[in-house]
Amino acid sequence: MSVTTRRTRLAAAALAAITAIGGLAACGNDDDKPAAGEKPAKLVVDTFGEMGYDELVKQYEKDTGIKVELRKTAQLAEYRPKLVRYLATGKGAADVTALEEGILNEFKPNARNWSDLAPLVSDHSKDYLPWKWELGKAPDGRLIGLPTDVGSLAVCYRKDLFQAAGLPTERDQVSALWPDWKGFHDAGLKYKQGSGGKAFIDSITAVSNGVMFQGNGDLFYDKEDNIIADTSPAVKNAWDTATSMADISAKAQTWSPEWSGGFKQGTFAATFCPSWMLGIVSDNSGPTNKGKWDVASVPGGGGNWGGSWLAVPAQSKYPNEAAKLAEYLTNAKSQVEAFKLKGPLPTNLEALKNDAFTSYTNEYFSNAPTGKIFGESVAKIQPTHLGPKHQAVKENALEPALRAFESGQADKAKAWEQFTKDAKTQGAF
Amino acid sequence: MSLSATTAPPSPAAPPSPDLPPRQRRGRLFNRLDVKYSPYLYIAPFFLIFGVFGLYPMVRTAWMSLHDWDMIGDHSFIGFDNYTRLFSDEYFWNALVNTFGIFALSTIPQLLLALFLANLLNRTFLRAKTFFRMVIFMPNVVSVAAVAIVFGMLFQREFGLFNWLLSFVGVDPVDWDGQRWSSWFAISTMVNWRWTGYNTLILLAGMQAIPKDLYEAAAIDGASQWRQFWQITLPMLKPTFIFVVILSTIGGMQLFTEPLLFANGNILGGNQRQFQTLAMYMYEMGIQNLNTAGYGAAVAWAIFMIIVVVSLFNFLLVRRSAK
Repeated sequence: MSVTTRRTRLAAAALAAITAIGGLAACGNDDDKPAAGEKPAKLVVDTFGEMGYDELVKQYEKDTGIKVELRKTAQLAEYRPKLVRYLATGKGAADVTALEEGILNEFKPNARNWSDLAPLVSDHSKDYLPWKWELGKAPDGRLIGLPTDVGSLAVCYRKDLFQAAGLPTERDQVSALWPDWKGFHDAGLKYKQGSGGKAFIDSITAVSNGVMFQGNGDLFYDKEDNIIADTSPAVKNAWDTATSMADISAKAQTWSPEWSGGFKQGTFAATFCPSWMLGIVSDNSGPTNKGKWDVASVPGGGGNWGGSWLAVPAQSKYPNEAAKLAEYLTNAKSQVEAFKLKGPLPTNLEALKNDAFTSYTNEYFSNAPTGKIFGESVAKIQPTHLGPKHQAVKENALEPALRAFESGQADKAKAWEQFTKDAKTQGAF
Repeated sequence: MSLSATTAPPSPAAPPSPDLPPRQRRGRLFNRLDVKYSPYLYIAPFFLIFGVFGLYPMVRTAWMSLHDWDMIGDHSFIGFDNYTRLFSDEYFWNALVNTFGIFALSTIPQLLLALFLANLLNRTFLRAKTFFRMVIFMPNVVSVAAVAIVFGMLFQREFGLFNWLLSFVGVDPVDWDGQRWSSWFAISTMVNWRWTGYNTLILLAGMQAIPKDLYEAAAIDGASQWRQFWQITLPMLKPTFIFVVILSTIGGMQLFTEPLLFANGNILGGNQRQFQTLAMYMYEMGIQNLNTAGYGAAVAWAIFMIIVVVSLFNFLLVRRSAK
């Protein structure tokens, strides 16, 4: 009897201790908001990929005396979970946080996690591509992000491989090969024939991305954010175009070792290049392939794949200064600097007209006038409405189904069935 | 003790006298408290740490699983809906089948191999025993990410070593992550490579604890090595073997990193989820999809319950067969 009571008492004490610790851990909130007007000693900036801010933040430090810590994450796939953790726990987020199109959409329904930038910076609503500016707003009207770059589309191709297969190599002639997607497929078949059966493009998901972002209508969601993935003509069009290219594809999944290795080995001769992809192509191909790549226009007119905004999390202790820093990093001069350093395409109208931008040529890509090529296609971009879980539907429903078809795991009908089924669950929010 | 029985017993310690000075009395009280409570103090750190990092997350996860929980938004209580949803979720069952498939492919050959190696290392005639024991443990020291990345490269379709080797015997290149059997095989290979040595060492330690005179007696009676292994080693090794089986079960049910890196970091585990494990499905639902964190928590608890059931089952099975 006495043993059991003692044991229960002990258990109770242990439980009490545990709850006390649990409570402590849960309540360990540091609510030491700085006094109004106090200047921060340091601001933190989170970016993914290569946004070209290294020199800009040095200048900012010199101008303001505020130190900037630039935290870089290589891939969006690593970046997103970290950011989610910061938001879910309410701590750890950088003062200025870069948001890619897909994740921005995902965060919009819970806009209160982000500061409203409109009252914190001057009015820039006329300074940027209008549709890009509008996309930075949440449904509740809150301005979440200031536009950084867009992912205007182009085609990167290997001149040396084209030549060996008997295709033209001059970028204007190459662009003339494919006024539309049919032309692109024909060029691919010709390449395959001339090269002894080698693949033309990296994967059919690259094609579906290209087609989807050409602004042919709503994709997975309609304007009211109802999921329409299985009935949307734009999605069907992308699906049909992509699946028709399976015979010229290297079946190399984007970001896989086969894909990154393929650039160096030349297992495919062309891929779709939003502006930000140029740096990735040159990194993967390595210095030995310098001058072998070139940039041509995309079949069927301009499109927009990706692009980002700078946002200030609501948990930032210095929303004023953080907003000012974001404003500085996205102004016309900064966007041109960033483009020259790492390739993100400006969204600021003034930057797009800037001589330093329009006259820029890319040495790695056979001195292609990338400023001119991308600058011109930016003007043609039709904004596409992307719903809250666009990224999840694209990455976890559409692309796996396309790859299942491409690699022969499923026929076309079965793959489509897989896509529509997964789109419903992935797209629910 | 027994020797002193013939001599006069030592005088017992003086009974506590009420006349002792207060200081000494306090010392004795302290002594008594010390004996009684200090052990709890000594074991407290483990329980405190377990409470914070083990129990609290478990309770919290259970709480989450009863909610419709948005990671960065609202939570609303929905009772056991998440659990009932599990039963009709095709992808949950798919992940369950994958997990058990890879578990069987990795655990069974691995334990048999470990048993064989341990027995070999236990033989007295082997030279440089320490060296072999060290070497066999080495794969376990290598980081799991490095293992998965290297094996992922070996199992590549285009430039992979295995397909290159297969091409010499006239076999067409295998799309390793494309099919169920090949992806399971590739992942089990990684697991086996990493954990066989670890289990070998534990089994070896168990074997070393078996008294040598049993073997000597058996040898004198004319029992062969093989017979000694079946009649002495295996039965005596039973407790260690149960331990190893349970450890492997827990590891196998939580398999995550190898299949994830094998899929180049894609949480789906192949285009048709052909090698998505339960842990990956939990991550997909609980962390990747922001708005289904509650459902992810329910998957986490389902994994926990499955581990308990499978461990019990294995325990009973191993205990019976070893009898």
